[in-house]
Amino acid sequence: MTTNTDQVEVRAGVYHDSVSLMRVSQALGSLPGVGVAIVAMATELNVGLARDVGFDVPAAGPTDLLVAIRADSAQELAAAGAELERQFTELGRAARSGGGAATEHAPRTTRAAAKVFDATLALVSTPGDHAFAEAMDAVEAGLSVMIFSDNVPLEQEIALKERAAERGVLVMGPDCGTAVVGGAGLGFANVLQPGPVGVVAASGTGAQQVTCLLDHAGAGVSHVLGVGGRDLSAAVGGRSTLVALRALDADPATELIVLISKPPAPEVAEVVRRAVDELSTPVVTALLGPGQDDLTTAVEKALHALGRPVPRWPSWTVPQEPRTAGLCGLYSGGTLCAEAKLIAGTGEFTDFGDDEYTRGRPHPMIDPAMRLEALSRASGVVLLDVVLGHAADPDPAARLAPAVREAVERGAAVVAALVGTDADPQGMRGQAEALHQAGASVFVSNAAAARHAASLVRRAS
Amino acid sequence: MTLSMLQSEARVITAGTAVLAEALTRQAVPHLAVDWRPPLAGTAPALAKVLADPRREQANATAVGRMTSSRPRLTGVRPAAEVLGLPPRTFLHAGPPIDWERASGPMRGALIGAALFEGLAADAAEAERLLVSGGVTLDSCHHHRAVGPMAGVVSPSMWMFEVTDEEHGGTAYCSLNEGLGKVLRYGAYGPEVVERLRWMGEVLGPVLAAALALSGPVDLRSLIAQALQMGDELHNRNRAATSLFVREIAPAIVDASPRYASEVLRFVNGNDHFFLNAGMAAGKVSADAARDVPGSSMVVAMARNGTDFGIQVSGLGDRWFTGPAGVPDGLYLGAYGPQDANPDIGDSTITETGGLGGFAMAAAPAIVRFVGGDVSDAITATRSMYEITLAEHPAYQIPGLGFRGTPTGIDVTLVARTGVLPVVNTGIAGRVAGTGQVGAGLVSPPAEAFAAALAALADE
Repeated sequence: MTTNTDQVEVRAGVYHDSVSLMRVSQALGSLPGVGVAIVAMATELNVGLARDVGFDVPAAGPTDLLVAIRADSAQELAAAGAELERQFTELGRAARSGGGAATEHAPRTTRAAAKVFDATLALVSTPGDHAFAEAMDAVEAGLSVMIFSDNVPLEQEIALKERAAERGVLVMGPDCGTAVVGGAGLGFANVLQPGPVGVVAASGTGAQQVTCLLDHAGAGVSHVLGVGGRDLSAAVGGRSTLVALRALDADPATELIVLISKPPAPEVAEVVRRAVDELSTPVVTALLGPGQDDLTTAVEKALHALGRPVPRWPSWTVPQEPRTAGLCGLYSGGTLCAEAKLIAGTGEFTDFGDDEYTRGRPHPMIDPAMRLEALSRASGVVLLDVVLGHAADPDPAARLAPAVREAVERGAAVVAALVGTDADPQGMRGQAEALHQAGASVFVSNAAAARHAASLVRRAS
Repeated sequence: MTLSMLQSEARVITAGTAVLAEALTRQAVPHLAVDWRPPLAGTAPALAKVLADPRREQANATAVGRMTSSRPRLTGVRPAAEVLGLPPRTFLHAGPPIDWERASGPMRGALIGAALFEGLAADAAEAERLLVSGGVTLDSCHHHRAVGPMAGVVSPSMWMFEVTDEEHGGTAYCSLNEGLGKVLRYGAYGPEVVERLRWMGEVLGPVLAAALALSGPVDLRSLIAQALQMGDELHNRNRAATSLFVREIAPAIVDASPRYASEVLRFVNGNDHFFLNAGMAAGKVSADAARDVPGSSMVVAMARNGTDFGIQVSGLGDRWFTGPAGVPDGLYLGAYGPQDANPDIGDSTITETGGLGGFAMAAAPAIVRFVGGDVSDAITATRSMYEITLAEHPAYQIPGLGFRGTPTGIDVTLVARTGVLPVVNTGIAGRVAGTGQVGAGLVSPPAEAFAAALAALADE
C-alpha cells in the first residue's frame, strides 16, 4: 500500500551502525507530518518491519541501507528527505574526522588503524558476527581489546583468548559493556573518581553498580576490567579473569581488588580461588548466587577492608502501598536483573539487554523503546533499573518519567534502581528527582530497590 | 603479569558504534575510529574460520617475507622451447586456463599469430582451423613458471627473459616485448607482426643473450627500486626502468654484436615498455617464492585471459579462483572507444601482485591522467592498497609518501573484510581479433574470485 507520500529506497553498499541510524530515524520521525521513518540496514528484521507497516520494499540485503519514510504530504516528505541527506552528510563528516588522529583516510580495519596510530587498546563494537576479525587484528598487533559486541560465537571467544595469552594481552569480553582503563571510560562507563580499587567483572552492570557505590562512598577506582559474561564458564575457563587479576595485582595503583561475577562453573571457581590466594593484593569476591553476598554487601566489605566508613546509600522513596498483583522486573542490565531476582525471590524478570533482544538493534540503555513498551503494559509492582554514564541514553528520565507516571496512575507501584554518579553526563541527582517526582521510589543500591519492591509484594500476600 | 595498557594514558582504536567513540571524544581520550563496514556479502562464516586458523598469521608473514626478500636478477635470454621444454604445437597463454571456444578476440588473434609464426599454418584461416580442431595444445603460462603480457601467448620459437631469484633460487620467464602498435600480445597477427617476431628470434634474442653473458646478470630488484623513484609504477609506465636497463646493458650489446648493436638498441630505446616483460618475470619469480605456504591467505597470482580474471593463493596450491574479467575504465587511442574494448587480459597483474603497478600509482604522477584521474587519485589508490596488503616492500619505496614501501602481499581476508579490490593498471586490447591496442586504464578484479578463494581456505 505504498502511497505517493511514501519514500522507499535501498542504497547498496552504504553502512552505518545501528545506533547512528536509530538517531537518524528518530530525528526524521520527530519532524512535523512524518508518520513513520525507518532508516536502518536492510536486515531481514528491518525489511520485515517496513513491510509490516505497508512499505513496498524492493529486494535488499543486510549490507544495504533501507530508507522508508511516510509523511502526511509530499511537502513534508521532501523536508524529511532533505533532513535525511543532512544527517548523512553529518555522519560522513564524523566518520572522516576519525577522532582527531592525523590521517587523511580513516583506516578500514583495526589492523590498518594499529599501523598508523600508537594505541594502547582497541574497542570493538561491530555487530557480533564481525567482531572476531577486528578483535583478532588488535591481539595480533599486541593490543588488549575490549569487545563490546554481543552475539560472538563461543569458539571465537576461546580462540581470541588463547591468542591473547600468547601475546600477553587481555581480551575484555565479548559482551563486555563496561571498562575503565588508563583513565578512560569505555563502553557504558560512569564518571568515577580515581582511587585504590581495581575491579574485575564478568558483568557490565554489576561493575557499574559496584563502582558507583564505591564512588558514593568516596572511594575511587584504579581500573575496571570487564571479562565478559562467559569468561567464568567451563568452556572459557576464566582465561581473561586470571589475566586481569594478575595484572591488577601487579598494578601499583591498585590496593584492593573486587571480583564480580554471575555464578561461575564450579571447576572454574576453584581455579580462580587458587589464583586469588596467590595474589598479594587483597580480593573481595562478589559472586551472585543463592547464599552469596549481593553487590551492595560486597561493596561494604571492600570499604571495611580499605578502612573507610560505609555511608547511608541514597534513596528517594514515595509512600507505596502493597500490591496484590505480582512483581515485574524490567531490566536493561543482566547482572542487576539476576541480583534483583535472587533478592526478591519472586516475580517475572526480563533482561532487555540479553542477546535475544539486542540482535540487530541497540542496547536498551541507548534505545528504551522495548522497555517502555513493556512498562506501558505492566501492573502490580514494577522494578526497573536506570543506568547512567557515557554512551547511555543522554536523558533516560525524559522518556521514562512520563511512562512511570502513567503506570502509577494506572495503579502500579514503581521502584527504580538508579546506577550512576553525580559526575555522569546525565547527573544522578537530577535523574533521581525526575523519577521520584513521577511517583517512583528510587534507590542507588539495586539490592535495596529489590528488597523494597519485594516487601511491597510480600506484605500483600 | 603486567599489561601495558594499565601503565599509560589510554589511546584507543574504535571499530563499530559511533556512540562509543563519541563518549571518548567527550572524555578527551585520544582515539582513532575505524571506518568499519560489513564484509563482502556471504563471506562472514568463511572469514571467521580462516581468521581463526592458528597458522594464518605466521604463514602470511612467511609468504610475504619470501615475496619481499626475493632478489630477482636477469640471468639470461633463451628460446622457450629450450627453457620451458615446450614441445612443438604447444602454446602458453595469459591468465587461467582457457580453450579456443571461450577465448576472446585478442586471445584468438594472438594464437593465430603464433601458429603463423611457428609455420603451422599458411594463413589466418588455416591457423584458425588448426586451433579450432585442437591441433595445438594450450596451457596457462603460470603453470610453467612463466608470465605473458596481454594475450601472453608463448610458442616454442619465441625467446624469453630468464630471471633468477638469488635469495630463494627460483626462476621465471617472460617473452620479449614487441613494442607498440600492431603486436601479437594485443591480438594483431598481420605480416608485420610475424616479421617482427622472426627478427626478435633471430637478432634481438641472441644479441641480448650474448650481451648478458658478457655483462653478467642485471639486478632487477635494484633497477625497479630506482625506477620507482624516477616516476615509474612498473606496469603502465616503464620509461625510467627501460632507460636504466639500456644504460646498463648498452656497452655489452655493442661489445657482443657490433653488427646488430645499433639495430637492437634502436628497437629497445624506441619502446618505453621494453622493461615491462623483464619486470613481470621478476614479479613472477618473487610471487612464486611465496607459493605453497600452508594456511597462508596471500595472493600469489592475479591473471586474466581476456574472459576470466583468476587468482591463486599461497595456501591453496595451483587452484584458480575466477570471475568474469571486467572492461577497463580508461582512455582510448585515436577513434577507439569503450565499444571496441576487450575485457581485461594479461599476466601483467603480476606487477600488482608484487606491490607495483596500480599499487605503486603514487610513485608515477606522470601517468595518472593516462589511466584516468589526477595525482590525488593516485595517492588515494596506493593508500587504499595498504588496507588489503600484508606488508610494505622494504626495497620498493615511494618518495612522495615519505619513502614508504609499496603495499605488497594481497590478503584475501582483508579484501573480503573491506570490500576494497586491488587497483590494476592495464592496457586495453581491441575485442576483435587482429585489432591490437585500443587504450589503457584501470580495472577492478571481480570480488567473487576473492570470495571463492576465501571459501576454499575455510574448507582447507
